[in-house]
Amino acid sequence: MSFGWSKPYEPTSALGKWFDERLPVPRLVHGSLGGGYEVPRNINYFYNFGVLAGLALVIQIVTGVVLAMHYAANTEVAFSSVEHIMRDVNYGWLMRYMHANGASFFFIVVYVHMWRGLYYGSYKAPRELVWMLGVVIFLLMMATAFMGYVLPWGQMSFWGATVITNLFSAIPVVGDAIVTFLLGGFAVDNATLNRFFSLHFLLPFIIAGVVMLKIWSLHIPGSNNPTGVEVKGPADTIPFHPYFTAKDLFGVGVYLTIFSIFLFFMPNFLGHPDNYIEANALATPEHIVPEWYFWPFYAILRAFTFDFILEAKLWGVVAMVSAIVLLFFLPWLDSSPVKSMRYRPKARMWTYVLLADILILSWCGGAVAEQPYIIISQIAAIYYFAHFLIILPLVSRTETPLPLPASISEAVLKGDASTGAPAGITDTGRNAAPTAQPAE
Amino acid sequence: MFRFISYAIGATFIFVLILAGYTDLKAAADAETSESDQVREEYHKYNKSVDWSWNGNMGLGVFGGFDNQQLQRGFQVYKDVCSGCHSLKRVAFRNLQEIGFNEAEVKQIATDWVVEVPSINPDTGEADTRPATLADKFPEVYPNEIAARAANNNALPPDMSLIAKSRPDGSNYLYSLITGYEPVPASFPESQKQEGLNYNPHFHSLWIAMPPQLSDGLVEYADGTPATIDQMGKDVAAFLTWAAEPKMEERKQAGIGTIIFLLIFTGLAYIAYRRVWADQKH
Ligand code: HEC
Repeated sequence: MSFGWSKPYEPTSALGKWFDERLPVPRLVHGSLGGGYEVPRNINYFYNFGVLAGLALVIQIVTGVVLAMHYAANTEVAFSSVEHIMRDVNYGWLMRYMHANGASFFFIVVYVHMWRGLYYGSYKAPRELVWMLGVVIFLLMMATAFMGYVLPWGQMSFWGATVITNLFSAIPVVGDAIVTFLLGGFAVDNATLNRFFSLHFLLPFIIAGVVMLKIWSLHIPGSNNPTGVEVKGPADTIPFHPYFTAKDLFGVGVYLTIFSIFLFFMPNFLGHPDNYIEANALATPEHIVPEWYFWPFYAILRAFTFDFILEAKLWGVVAMVSAIVLLFFLPWLDSSPVKSMRYRPKARMWTYVLLADILILSWCGGAVAEQPYIIISQIAAIYYFAHFLIILPLVSRTETPLPLPASISEAVLKGDASTGAPAGITDTGRNAAPTAQPAE
Repeated sequence: MFRFISYAIGATFIFVLILAGYTDLKAAADAETSESDQVREEYHKYNKSVDWSWNGNMGLGVFGGFDNQQLQRGFQVYKDVCSGCHSLKRVAFRNLQEIGFNEAEVKQIATDWVVEVPSINPDTGEADTRPATLADKFPEVYPNEIAARAANNNALPPDMSLIAKSRPDGSNYLYSLITGYEPVPASFPESQKQEGLNYNPHFHSLWIAMPPQLSDGLVEYADGTPATIDQMGKDVAAFLTWAAEPKMEERKQAGIGTIIFLLIFTGLAYIAYRRVWADQKH
C-alpha cells in the first residue's frame, strides 16, 4: 500500500472477486502482509521480532483464555485452582507453563524489538507514531503482566502487589485515596484479586487493538531498515510475501524452539520459588522482587533513597514513570537527521553504553537492596537519565555522521556503507519524502 | 526550548541521585552488619548436590525421569516419619498409582491412613470422620494452624505438596536440610544460640524448630535397601520432588517430541527461505 509500485490486489477466483467487492478483507491482507506490501530488501533478522511479538501475544491470549476456564479468582481458592490446573486438568501444566514463560518471552521479544528501534532510529520521522504506539503497548504489557502475576496468589503475587500498589501512596494528598481505589479496600485482598483478574483478561485485547493501529501507521511510510535511508524506488524493496513470510516462518521456528526448551525443561527457571507458597498476609518474604522484566525499572525506583524536598519514595516513583514516559519524547530528544547508528559512531557508542547500563540496572533490580547494589543502581540510573535527556540531545547536535549510501539498493550492491555518497545525508533528513507518495 | 527542559529534568534526577548515593555511602561506611547476620553468613552451608535420577545423563535432564522404586521408598519415609507433622494436601491417594503402586495397594494405604477424612454423619448430620478413599487427597494433619503450632512449639510445619518447588534448588535443599543436622560447632557464639531450636547449618536462620528426624534403620524398606540416613534423605527428597511436580516425566516426553518436530520444521523453513531468496540480493 505504501509505495506506487506495490502490486495491487487482483482476485484470482470468482469467489475471491465476489468477496472482495463486498468485504475487501482479502485486499487488506494482501496489502498488509501479502505481495502488496513492499519492504526494504536489506532488513535483517532484527526485523523478525515484530512478527514474533505478535505471535507471543497470540500465545498469551490463547493459553490465557483456556486457563481462565479453570482458574477461580477468589483468595480462598485461587492458589488451589492453579494447582488443580497443574495436577488435574488435562495438559493444564502445559497451558500454565506456556502462559508463565510466554509472558517472559513476550518481554524478551519486545525488548529486542525496542532495541532494534533504538539502534536503527526507527522512532524518527516519519515513524514517530509507530514508536509511540509501541511505548503504549509496552505500558499496557507491563500493567497486564503485573496483574497477571498476582492471580496465582502466591507469596510474591501478594507482596509484589502490596509493594507496587503502595507506591501510589507517595502521591501527595490523594495518594492514600488512590491506593484504596485501586485495591478496592485498604489492603490487597479479594476485591483486588477480582479486579486484577478482570483487567488482566481485558487488557490483552486492548493491546491487540493498539497493535492494529501501530501496524496501520507503520504501513504508511513502510518499514525502516538498517541503513536508515528511506526507500527511494522499486529497486529498494521486495514484496512481503513470499520473501518475508518465508523469513518470518524460519524466525518463528527458531523462536518456538528456544521457547520450548524453557517451557519443557526449565519451566520454573524464570519464576520465583516463593510464588509456590500460598499468599500469607502475616508472613513477609525476606526479599520481595518483581518478575525479571521489571528489574531495570525496579532498580531505578529503589535508587532514590534521599528525601530532597519531596519524599524519596515519590522521587522513585516519578523517576520510574519518567524512565518509560521519556521514550515518548525520544523522536524529539534525538534531533539528528541520520537514523541508523551505523552512520553515527558517537551516538552508537553511547547506545551500547545504554545497553550495558540497562543490563546493570536489571541485575541490581533483582538483587537485594544492600550495598554495593544500591550505589551501582544509583550510578546506572544517573546514566540512564543522562543518556536520554542530556547525552543524546547533545550528541545528535554535535556529531559528524559518516557518509550515507545514496539508496538502499546501492548499499546492498556495494556492500559497504562507507563508499556511499556523502550527499546522502541531507537526503534522509526528517523531511525527506520517499520518492513515491503513499498510494492514498 | 524543549531541549532545555530535557536538560533540566535530566540534571534534576542526576542531582537527587548523587545526593542519595552520597548519603547512602556515608551511612554504609558507618553501618556495621549485625552480629546475627555475620554469624548466619559464616555458618550457613550451601546445598549438597545429589545425582538425581531426573538429572539424566551428563546432568542435562532431558531424558531423566523418576525412579519409581526410589519414590516408593520415599513415600514410605514420608508416611512413617514426616506425615506425623507435615500434611500433603494437594496430592490424592490415587496419584500414588503413578509411582508404581497398584490399585489394591493404594486402597489399602488410603483406608489405613492414620488421619481420617472429615465428613458428616449421614444419620445425625453431625461432624464426623471416615476412612480415606482413592479419590481423597491426603487429609490434613491438624485441624487448623493454631493446633499445628500448639503441637510444635509454636512453629508451623509447612505442607509438603509444593515444598520442593518453593525452595531454590529444592530437591538438593530437602536432602541437605533433612540430613544436615550437626552438633553446634564449638566456636559458635553463645549469644546466637537459640533455646528450644535445633542447629542445622542448611536452614536459612541456622536454627530450625523441627528436631532431627532421621536415624539409621528408622524405617524398614520393603525392597530391602539398607535404610541409612543418607538413603532415606535422598528417597524422601525424591518423593517430595515428585509430589511437587508429578507431571515432570510427561512434560519432558512432550518436550522431546515437540523439539524434534520444531527442529525439522525450522530446518525446512530455512531451506524454503533460502530458496525463495535465491534470486535476491540483500
Ligand atoms: C515433630 C514434627 C515434625 C516431623 C515428624 C517432621 N517435621 Fe519437618 N518441620 C517441622 C516443623 C515444626 C517445621 C518448621 C520449622 C521452622 O519453621 O523452624 C518443619 C519444617 C520442615 C521443612 C521446611 C524447612 C524450610 O525451609 O522452611 C521441611 C523441608 C521439612 N520440615 C521436612 C521434613 C521431612 C522430609 C520430614 C520427614 C523425614 C519431616 N520434616 C518431619 C516438624 C516436623
